[in-house]
Amino acid sequence: MAYTALFKSSIGKKLLMGLTGLFLITFLLVHASINAMIWFQDGGVTFNKWAHFMGSNLIIRTMEWGLFFGLILHVVDGLMLYAQNRAARPVKYAYNRAGDNSSWYSRSMALLGTLILLFLILHLAHFWVKTRITGIEKYGLDTENQENLFAVMQEVFRSGLVVAIYVAGCFSLFWHLLHGFKSAFQSLGLNHVKYNETIAVIGIAFSIIVPFVFAMMPISMHFGLVR
Amino acid sequence: MKFNLKVWRQKNAKADGRLVDYTIDNINVDMSFLEMVDVLNDELIRKGEDPIAFDHDCREGICGMCSMYIDGRAHGPHHAATTCQLYMRTFKDGDTIYVEPFKAKAFPIIKDLAVDRSAFDRIIAAGGFVSVNTGQAQDANSLPVEKEAAEKAMDAAACIGCGACVAACPNSAAMLFVSAKISQLAMLPQGGPERKNRAIKMVEQMDAEGFGNCTNIGACEAECPKEIKLTNIARMNREYLAATIIDE
Amino acid sequence: MSELNSKIPDGPLTEKWANYKEHAKLVNPANKRKIEIIVVGTGLAGASAAATLAELGYKVKAYCFQDSPRRAHSIAAQGGINAAKNYKNDGDSVFRLFYDTIKGGDFRAREANVYRLADVSRNIIDQCVAQGVPFAREYGGLLDNRSFGGAQVSRTFYARGQTGQQLLLGAYQALERQIGLGNVTMYSRHEMVELVTIDGKARGIIARDLITGKLERHFGHAVLLCTGGYGNVFYLSTNAMGSNVTASWKAYKKGAYFANPCYTQIHPTCIPVTGDYQSKLTLMSESLRNDGRVWVPKTKEDSEAIRKGTKKAEDIKEDDRDYYLERKYPSFGNLCPRDIASRAAKEVCDEGRGIVPSGFGVFLDFAAAIKRLGVDTVKARYGELFPMYQNITNEDPLKTPMKIYPAVHYTMGGTWVDYELMTTVQGLYCLGEANFSDHGANRLGASALMQGLADGYFVIPSTISNYLSPEIFTKPIPTDHPAFVEAENAVKERSEKLMSIQGKRTVDDFHKQLGKIMWEYCGMARTAEGLTKARDLIRELRKEFWSDVKIPGLLNDFNSEFDKAGRVADFIELGELMVVDALHRNESCGGHFRVEYQDQGEAKRDDANFAYAAAWEFKGVDTDPVLHKEELKFENVELQVRSYK
Repeated sequence: MAYTALFKSSIGKKLLMGLTGLFLITFLLVHASINAMIWFQDGGVTFNKWAHFMGSNLIIRTMEWGLFFGLILHVVDGLMLYAQNRAARPVKYAYNRAGDNSSWYSRSMALLGTLILLFLILHLAHFWVKTRITGIEKYGLDTENQENLFAVMQEVFRSGLVVAIYVAGCFSLFWHLLHGFKSAFQSLGLNHVKYNETIAVIGIAFSIIVPFVFAMMPISMHFGLVR
Repeated sequence: MKFNLKVWRQKNAKADGRLVDYTIDNINVDMSFLEMVDVLNDELIRKGEDPIAFDHDCREGICGMCSMYIDGRAHGPHHAATTCQLYMRTFKDGDTIYVEPFKAKAFPIIKDLAVDRSAFDRIIAAGGFVSVNTGQAQDANSLPVEKEAAEKAMDAAACIGCGACVAACPNSAAMLFVSAKISQLAMLPQGGPERKNRAIKMVEQMDAEGFGNCTNIGACEAECPKEIKLTNIARMNREYLAATIIDE
Repeated sequence: MSELNSKIPDGPLTEKWANYKEHAKLVNPANKRKIEIIVVGTGLAGASAAATLAELGYKVKAYCFQDSPRRAHSIAAQGGINAAKNYKNDGDSVFRLFYDTIKGGDFRAREANVYRLADVSRNIIDQCVAQGVPFAREYGGLLDNRSFGGAQVSRTFYARGQTGQQLLLGAYQALERQIGLGNVTMYSRHEMVELVTIDGKARGIIARDLITGKLERHFGHAVLLCTGGYGNVFYLSTNAMGSNVTASWKAYKKGAYFANPCYTQIHPTCIPVTGDYQSKLTLMSESLRNDGRVWVPKTKEDSEAIRKGTKKAEDIKEDDRDYYLERKYPSFGNLCPRDIASRAAKEVCDEGRGIVPSGFGVFLDFAAAIKRLGVDTVKARYGELFPMYQNITNEDPLKTPMKIYPAVHYTMGGTWVDYELMTTVQGLYCLGEANFSDHGANRLGASALMQGLADGYFVIPSTISNYLSPEIFTKPIPTDHPAFVEAENAVKERSEKLMSIQGKRTVDDFHKQLGKIMWEYCGMARTAEGLTKARDLIRELRKEFWSDVKIPGLLNDFNSEFDKAGRVADFIELGELMVVDALHRNESCGGHFRVEYQDQGEAKRDDANFAYAAAWEFKGVDTDPVLHKEELKFENVELQVRSYK
């Protein structure tokens, strides 16, 4: 059977969703770990060092394209699913108590995903565009003479509004992950009584910890808790 | 007991439907929901109005023919029960109850609350069987089956094909139904020789019928009158992926 | 047509079926494709027949009134299916299953048919297992069996409490496979409303499309009726709401004799009627009687107090309770056969000792079992049943006794068929519960599924070719043939007449009244006087129906009320025939108990005068039917009196 047919099928589509989702989850882990280095309280030296490595290493730069590709697949596949699923019930129920049988966030993955995407565009404009395209020379160098991404963060998060948007983005991510993490395993067929609980616990922990770490970054920057 | 009913009335597949209000009084708490509709229909007939069309047959929760969306839920608020096993004591006197048909593009409405679920039959026809002609069978005990596998196969086989999974699914997906049959036959040695082809064919037919995609919400499992588990969908995913990716 | 020829093959009992198959005429594969077969009904008998005939290469058209062939009422069977496999090594054999079935049927079934049934029972299990039916298994992976309905051997195969459902799904899947291959054309939501005969042979049907109301003509070289039982003539029964006699009745009116209509099985453990609105009676598995004790209070006063709600079951002291089955039948006690337990319940209720408001109900008490085994064991043993009872009645059987009463469950009578399952109309066959053949006057537990599948999978494929062999020269008859036109016109005329009445009473009104008459006079205990009266009442009811029924809606539309009306009209006529049959059978046997013919409360059979199947020939709605007798010869078993004391 041809792969195109596989990915046109409903199961193939959710497989793709799960695979790209898990791929993005691994990215989140890397991203959160590196960014956490802002809390070294060394004026961003360690953080800037790793940021430079990520921005200059050829392998990482290549993987970045992979990341974009994965993200686009995830988004396009997700929107396709959304459109098809809406079309599968042209006349809606007049009265529906969906909350009695499922969680709102599991039913709102497309909405949460869109919010995350909007946030992501803003986020890319804040950092990625500056580091990769327009350059951040004007922010000067840090004490180790490295490009100072740390300073960019300090500037961006001076605005309370931006911080609020980032925190909201992290909430969207939390709910998206809360369903998405274990859902990805189910889509891959990895549902087993022996391991389900472990997957669920890890999923919940991941959904809480990672967005929390992300949310704390703008907050602690804004309130001057990192120096 | 007295109830206000808002019932979906629709002349035929092409017409637009709408909710119509009815008030019904003197309802006994021990009545089943369908008996309450019988009483309402009796009143409508006596008044010279068209009674409400609805599907029902065995009225003991096993044939899978009854199919109402009651009070915003497939088969109503009662857990693990079909519409015919829903009793009026579940509701409070004076309640307003919405009664709608199962709604999905793949389940076109025939009239009022009756819908066409023949898509399910076509999915079974595509591969939900073991190809064994009558008379070809070997002795029943020549093929031992692990008890646990037999029990799990029976769990999946308990599906009555009512379509509540589709009705409850926000995406109108039919994966719980399809996976129950794929699972049952995948867990038994009798289903072995055809399992790859079965998974591919049944999924193909499911997609062709216009059901939505599964996003692992789990409403199907929660509303299934026979408590078919989501593990079946995971197993179907494995069966399908094994058949499409690994197979030559 | 006057002489009944049962076409029983020659030879010793054990070899008849093999001999028959070896000598039956065949149709060659190329010719099978040219032959069309109509199968009406898709329960165990219909689905298995349609699938098997299609596998053989015939062109099959199958019909069911439900929205899918998977919904036929065979699904409701809980207990199991018998087969003489002797996997338990407990002395079972084909002959023993044959003997038990004949005896259980009170010696009113045809020996050759029953032996064949017992014989092929083994193949059924093989076939179903091969289809993937998830029967219960032991830890070693082999099939589990249980003893059912008081049988002395464990020969019942089961799939939890869903045996019927699982067997039907097996047959349904086989049928869907043939539909997918294009060998079967399926007509769901279609009801057969007339049989078409040409030159004395069945050649097709008129079917009503239940969605559009349109009448359709369908041709077949042969027609198979697999349309189930007629228990709904009682209005309240354990049958599905849609179960009906219409197809068989149309056949009866076109010359297919109807046999033993009075043999009705009344199941003792059903949930009692609570009100007039009730549409259906729910069966509680017979297995409950293994641990439950049946009782009513000894005095009418206590019973009345319970009915009024001033006393509860728990308030009645042990000494004031009458465990009547244990008292009357010390050796079998609560496990005595269905017909006996049912009649005993009726007796105590007629004495005014019933314990539900209507007066018709008895207790089934688990207190003793709970004391002996503990709550958990009892709960585990009847896992699904107690919650089901509690859901329906809102009472917890672990705390207070269950209330039960007998209800109509199965009909042994039906269209008369010969050994080949052909009716008295050439080319018209009848399979499963719809025919009269294998259960005599009473059916044993776990044998209905067996018979349906035996007929469909194994009997009809072998016997039908004997008839179809010369039919290969018959070209499909175009449906503009005058016989089709005439049949359709007759249906149209009758339908329009029904719709034109626009009286005051609803269809259900009439159906309920018919049910009450049947239950009162032709139910568990029948008398000549009551039956005579019932016949008059039914005739009156028929006249009233045809002058005062109110059917809403349009003919050419989805119109459930009209569908019901057609069925009830036929039930009313059938009711009269049942009464006629019950009145003529001056004996008590199995599911037919005539109060005049008893020996201290026990049924008294009259083998000298009534060892025959009574096949009735239609002569007109207002004319008495003509009785044809098929003498039953018992060459291999000795007729005995059933005793459970």
